[in-house]
Amino acid sequence: MGSSIMDSLFQRSLEDLIKGIRLNLLTEPTFISKSTDDIRREIKSTDLHTKSVALQKLTYLSALYGLDMSWAAFHVVELMSSSAFAHKKIAYLAAAHSFHAATDVSLLTTHQFRKDLNSANPFEVSLALHCFSIIATPHLARELTPEIFTLLSSSKPSIGKKAVAVILRVFSQYPDAARVCFKRLVENLESSDPHTLSAAMGVFCELAVKDPKSYLPLAPEFYRILVDSRNNWVLIKAVKIFGKLAPLEPRLAMRVVEPICEYMRKTGAKSLMFECVRTVVTSLAEYESAVKLAVVKIRELLVDDDSNLKYLGLQALTVVAPKHLWAVLENKEVVIKSLSDADPNIKLESLRILMVMVSERNVAEISRVLVNYAIKSDPEFCNEILGSILSACSRNVYEIIEDFDWYVSLLGEMSRIPHCQKGEEIEHQLIDIGMRVKDARLQLVRVGRDLLIDPALLGNPFLHRILSAAAWVSGEYVEFSKNPFELMEALLQPRISLLPPSIRAVYVQSAFKVLIFCLHSYLFYRETIACSPSSPDNFVSESKCPGSDSAIVAADCQQDEVFNPRASNQSFEDASTEDVEDITVTHAQIPNSASLGKDGFTHESIGNLLNLIEVALGPLSGSREVEIQERARNVLGLIELIKQELPGLVKKEGNFEREGLKFPKIIELMHDAFSKELGPVAANAQERVPIPDGLILRENLGDLEMICGNDQLPTSSSFSFGIPHSKEKVGLPQSKGESSEASTESTSLLAEHRKLHGLYYLPSEKNDVSNDYPPANDPKLQDNLNDDAKDLVKLTEQSLLQKKKPNHAKPRPVVVKLDEGDEAPIAAKKLELKEDLLSGAVRDVLLGNEAVSTSQSNLTDKSSSKRRGKEKLNTDHPSGPKEVLGDVGNPNMGNPSSRRSKHHGHGKERRHRSPRKKEKEREENGQKDKQKSSHRHNRHKSRQRAEGPNNVVTQTPLIPDFLL
Amino acid sequence: MVNKQGQTRLAQYYEYLNLEERRALEGEIVRKCLARNEQQCSFVEHRTYKIVYRRYASLFFLVGVDNGENELAILEFIHLLVETMDRHFGNVCELDIMFHLEKAHFMLEEMVMNGCIVETSKANILAPIQLMDKAS
Repeated sequence: MGSSIMDSLFQRSLEDLIKGIRLNLLTEPTFISKSTDDIRREIKSTDLHTKSVALQKLTYLSALYGLDMSWAAFHVVELMSSSAFAHKKIAYLAAAHSFHAATDVSLLTTHQFRKDLNSANPFEVSLALHCFSIIATPHLARELTPEIFTLLSSSKPSIGKKAVAVILRVFSQYPDAARVCFKRLVENLESSDPHTLSAAMGVFCELAVKDPKSYLPLAPEFYRILVDSRNNWVLIKAVKIFGKLAPLEPRLAMRVVEPICEYMRKTGAKSLMFECVRTVVTSLAEYESAVKLAVVKIRELLVDDDSNLKYLGLQALTVVAPKHLWAVLENKEVVIKSLSDADPNIKLESLRILMVMVSERNVAEISRVLVNYAIKSDPEFCNEILGSILSACSRNVYEIIEDFDWYVSLLGEMSRIPHCQKGEEIEHQLIDIGMRVKDARLQLVRVGRDLLIDPALLGNPFLHRILSAAAWVSGEYVEFSKNPFELMEALLQPRISLLPPSIRAVYVQSAFKVLIFCLHSYLFYRETIACSPSSPDNFVSESKCPGSDSAIVAADCQQDEVFNPRASNQSFEDASTEDVEDITVTHAQIPNSASLGKDGFTHESIGNLLNLIEVALGPLSGSREVEIQERARNVLGLIELIKQELPGLVKKEGNFEREGLKFPKIIELMHDAFSKELGPVAANAQERVPIPDGLILRENLGDLEMICGNDQLPTSSSFSFGIPHSKEKVGLPQSKGESSEASTESTSLLAEHRKLHGLYYLPSEKNDVSNDYPPANDPKLQDNLNDDAKDLVKLTEQSLLQKKKPNHAKPRPVVVKLDEGDEAPIAAKKLELKEDLLSGAVRDVLLGNEAVSTSQSNLTDKSSSKRRGKEKLNTDHPSGPKEVLGDVGNPNMGNPSSRRSKHHGHGKERRHRSPRKKEKEREENGQKDKQKSSHRHNRHKSRQRAEGPNNVVTQTPLIPDFLL
Repeated sequence: MVNKQGQTRLAQYYEYLNLEERRALEGEIVRKCLARNEQQCSFVEHRTYKIVYRRYASLFFLVGVDNGENELAILEFIHLLVETMDRHFGNVCELDIMFHLEKAHFMLEEMVMNGCIVETSKANILAPIQLMDKAS
């Protein structure tokens, strides 16, 4: 007891504490921990004042310095029950700050909440309501629903509005509360207090966002508020609600579009104007005139100096763009200018709009200009741009790409942008395109070669993933390469030591593939020519002069004639043995036609190649990385074998005498293995493989043998066009002329590099590796951005205004797609149980709405008389606008068809409660006959229901049919 | 409410987050917003939310809203809050809020209930506080 007196006498107040913290800036942590010790002692005090000050300090420290205060939960509850308002205030604040669903003592607060919610002091009620709105648990919500229900119709507006706001939390924790409270909540929509109305609209707005359908029957109430209210806060909510309801009911949209446009035109409040704009573009996009008006307003926002308005304008434009491209076109100067805005968020928004505009017609132009922007932008935005291009182009398996050669070159170009950090995505796309689009492989290999051959690129870690893809592509599709030797040198250059081990392993493997290809070509090419000179003769002769047009045409024709039909009706018969022969033939002639006409694979060049590999891979065979070591040793082992036998290889009448030699056979096998096509694999492919019953190893191997035997034949339709892939190489010669310039450039680069480092062929680590990564593309910062902007404006103008598709020189190549999506299956979204419960409860209440409120007709007398007036109007002018409005809002959903068929006349005759129930035919349908009897009947019925308004029978929910 | 050194001066959550989550969230948001200058717009996207913020002298007022919320209305709300505090404290500054955190909370409670704006009249917001001041 003594210590507690001392405590209360010498206790630091919160103000002392704050001052103390400010004085002890440097030793803040120790000061705070010391204060916490004090608090721990003081809070146990029996003196409530001491306790409250301690708690106040603790709350402060917890809120601003992140101190744990869960240990004090019991003290909080204790203090809540104090009769002094000052203590209560502190305790409630502490509870709101620190309690959560798992705080077990919150169970103890139930009684205190009930007491305070029933208190005569409005401030206590208000405190309790606020705290309750934050910490309510399902248990608390259930227990306190009656109190909230009472407060909903409180005579004090300051309490009523808070009770309305709390409802949201109660519903989310305890959906069944809707059965009790929902009607009163609806009544608050007619409250005379503007703040209560505002709060109610806020609540309905939140509810409607989650489940718009359930609130359709309330549309007439909302419409009245939309038309009558003069409060911008309320109007914003009303417009928002109709934004959710309108898409569900077209006739409702028709009604609200006019008032919303009216606000858009007349209001001085930008916030309300913008809300109208946003609602029109998202939910009322079919109303041409409304959208036009909205776009005019968007334009006003876009040209405003205020960056906030500009940002919002851009955002609205993004929403408009997919359905009304003209809106973007009208504003494209502003959009493109925003691409170089000082504000990164605005830049991002304008980028998004541009990406929405992208289509197959303009993708090339837009990408070109965007890449130029990217080069000049700061790294972050640069990567945003690249990321958007990559995702837009790859969307839906490269849907918008017509020209893959262009796209592959673009990928290559993007890789060279200095800030590019999209290595992973580019890597993925390079390989993906390689597997899916066989027509793009030639260009892929070319781009891959240009990347591999540039020693400078190895210095940029962001590029490593891309280089890995380039190496893989070059190895896998080496038959498209013009110069495999050059490729081999690039793959084995000393600077690859800069790469991480996993990627070096890819390099080694690719080198292996290239080697096999070279050896195979060397061994078998001449042989085939000698054996079967007849069929490929014309090819060879023509491709000797690769630049000539005739060769291209001839090759194209040949391709069309031979290849296409087979591609279209791929049957097993077509791809029979003669095809297989064809393949080997064409395989063999590729090197000749492509690049080796002059130097070819000579005995000497092969020898050099072997030496090169041996020297480069030798050191790697001792690598600590098992993957590299193993692959290098494989290659070296093979080379050793070849070297032993190579001298035995004698030329004999243009043929090799291969008797008794082992390695040609090995090469042939390897080559066959490597030329087996790889296809894209669905993410869920593995799951679809049935697990064989009683898996036995031997049987399994037997199957494998069978599969291997079928290797030469197309085995499945999805892979079948892989088989004749060697065929398309007839088109190869045409490439030589056009790309020779580019290739000489990089060849000279390589030569230069070789000169620089004389020991190129030695894997010396002496090379200065860290120095020279030059920016691949000089960021021409001097360039005027506006020039680019103009370019883009012009380009988009052209491409977007073009009504018809430009004729493409060549048809879009086939892109392999898998039958069932390429994406991994996305687990179906689970419906939130609580939401379901809530909307169920709300529907029930609305279903019972009519009947229950009939019983309360004296309560809502005012409103119903108002409605009665409206009803009269309706009947007087059946085609008047109000009539239709009434129709739209008919809360008719309360009548499931079965019941309606029985009693549908009742409520109608009584008019005063269901004025909006408007089915004309029914009104005509001799309602008068029934009037008297149904009247009585109805009264009886409603009395029944009045006895148990909470036991509204669950009725089958019915989609409201407003005009039927 | 955060000062320009990035220290939180007042935080009110309407959904429960534990202390670590709060610190992390505040840190991320504050870093994003403090990096921006006066000319840039007041909206920042963060995770699935949107931050609407406004700077008054050394204090940043940040409000996290979901994507459907009306940004301009939130800016108006922030301004209303500042005006209200200004009327009560007279030329409100960071220290006022530091030393009267509870009052600041109380004002906010009067204005916002469970995430809904329930009161927009300065006189109504301040009435209970003035009563309490008189009582003590």
